[in-house]
Amino acid sequence: MSDTADRVKKIVVEHLGVEADKVTEEASFIDDLGADSLDIVELVMAFEEEFGVEIPDDAAEKISTVSDAIKYIEENKG
Amino acid sequence: MRRVVVTGLGLVTPLGADVETTWANILASKSGAGPITKFDASDQKCQIACEVKPADHEYGFDAGKRVDHKIQRQVDPFIVFGIDAAGQALEDAGLTDMSEEDKLMAGCSIGSGIGGLPGIESESLVLAEKGPGRVSPHFVHGRLINLISGQVSIKYGLKGPNHAVVTACSTGAHSIGDAARMIKDGDADIMLAGGAESTVCPIGIAGFAQARALNCSYNDRPEQASRPYDKDRDGFVMGEGAGVLVLEEYEHAKARGAKIYCEVIGYGLSGDAFHVTAPHPDGDGAYRSMQMALKKAGMTPADIDYINAHGTSTMADTIELGAVRRLFGDAIGSVSMSSTKSAIGHLLGGAGAVESIFCILAMRDQIVPPTLNLDTPDEGTEGVDLVPHVARKREVRAVLNNSFGFGGTNASLVMRKID
Repeated sequence: MSDTADRVKKIVVEHLGVEADKVTEEASFIDDLGADSLDIVELVMAFEEEFGVEIPDDAAEKISTVSDAIKYIEENKG
Repeated sequence: MRRVVVTGLGLVTPLGADVETTWANILASKSGAGPITKFDASDQKCQIACEVKPADHEYGFDAGKRVDHKIQRQVDPFIVFGIDAAGQALEDAGLTDMSEEDKLMAGCSIGSGIGGLPGIESESLVLAEKGPGRVSPHFVHGRLINLISGQVSIKYGLKGPNHAVVTACSTGAHSIGDAARMIKDGDADIMLAGGAESTVCPIGIAGFAQARALNCSYNDRPEQASRPYDKDRDGFVMGEGAGVLVLEEYEHAKARGAKIYCEVIGYGLSGDAFHVTAPHPDGDGAYRSMQMALKKAGMTPADIDYINAHGTSTMADTIELGAVRRLFGDAIGSVSMSSTKSAIGHLLGGAGAVESIFCILAMRDQIVPPTLNLDTPDEGTEGVDLVPHVARKREVRAVLNNSFGFGGTNASLVMRKID
């Protein structure tokens, strides 16, 4: 598992209060991890902070699974 | 006429994370005061508070017991305390599994004096340092005063009136009084009523200290700082926590065989129309509030055995006492009056609810809680039993609870034992 994936999962566990083994790459934030739309706003902010990336609103809207987040960060981090 | 009784209690205080632990510590004359641990207070005039203790403390609070991890992260501590106390009260009343029909007639009236000040402070710093794009999406609904009632209604499916009082330090008492009226008026059969506060944060302590309301001269001996009616009192000690009661329509409680603590029989409220922080010097507002509560109860002062005073450990203590003396006349000789703020500090918007619970436990156990640190009673306290230092067994049939707040807002509640 990549370093980015580890860090993303750690943030998800901390913010959503879910078991670490539920945070698979296929997991959907809303359908599988109990997040609501505001939780996703908060997660995106935490990813921006952690990785020093900008995630504009239109990109954030397309992030619905853990792997979406990892992929976006891998492609856009400095 | 619909009557209102109390069928459940919940407490989070500096002396315990539940009703029985808090009460045992109150009766044992323990103090919840200590140096501030939540932040570095070394540059503050006031460096002490009555904090709710952490989970690993002997009588600490474990937020995880009744509040989801995610919600804990999103909301201010006053909401966490309120959700927990409400859960305790529902459990005590045996109402955690209500029918859909009951839920439609079950509501919440849990307020706060100030609300999420620590979160307002910290997110303001985020805004200043990192810009608007870093402000939490949970900022607003994690700080709003009515969000204890909101969160509790969502957690337990309570679809009746959803209300939240904001009357500074009278909040808890007004919350109970207003909720009792909603039951009397038929808006609800069950109401969770109470208040919560948690403002032990740099701007909260600084603000009250600058208003000359906080004790700033006992930093080296925090347990002696809250000393209502004592000649050497010098301002209140900030407390935090929550108190929530289950109020229930009498026939509804009886029909389900509920344990009934007491009846809420009188509610009085008034305004001082005098000054933003100081009470009227002759105690006029307090007098009229108590008088109205007694009148509504159909009682005379001689019927009251115990008064839980507002008694904040400020100059206002003797003004309240003067009003009680005027209203009670000769009956002042038979009543006991104490301030439990001497033990747990001033819970601001939570005070009236927490102290109402102490009144109820005084009736249950036939014992009155003490006023700690009353070493040298001030002038004007002669001939009044202020229950100094230690709790005392005595007959307690009916009680009066007073709460007065900034803005000149007063509330009094009368409760009595029920056969």
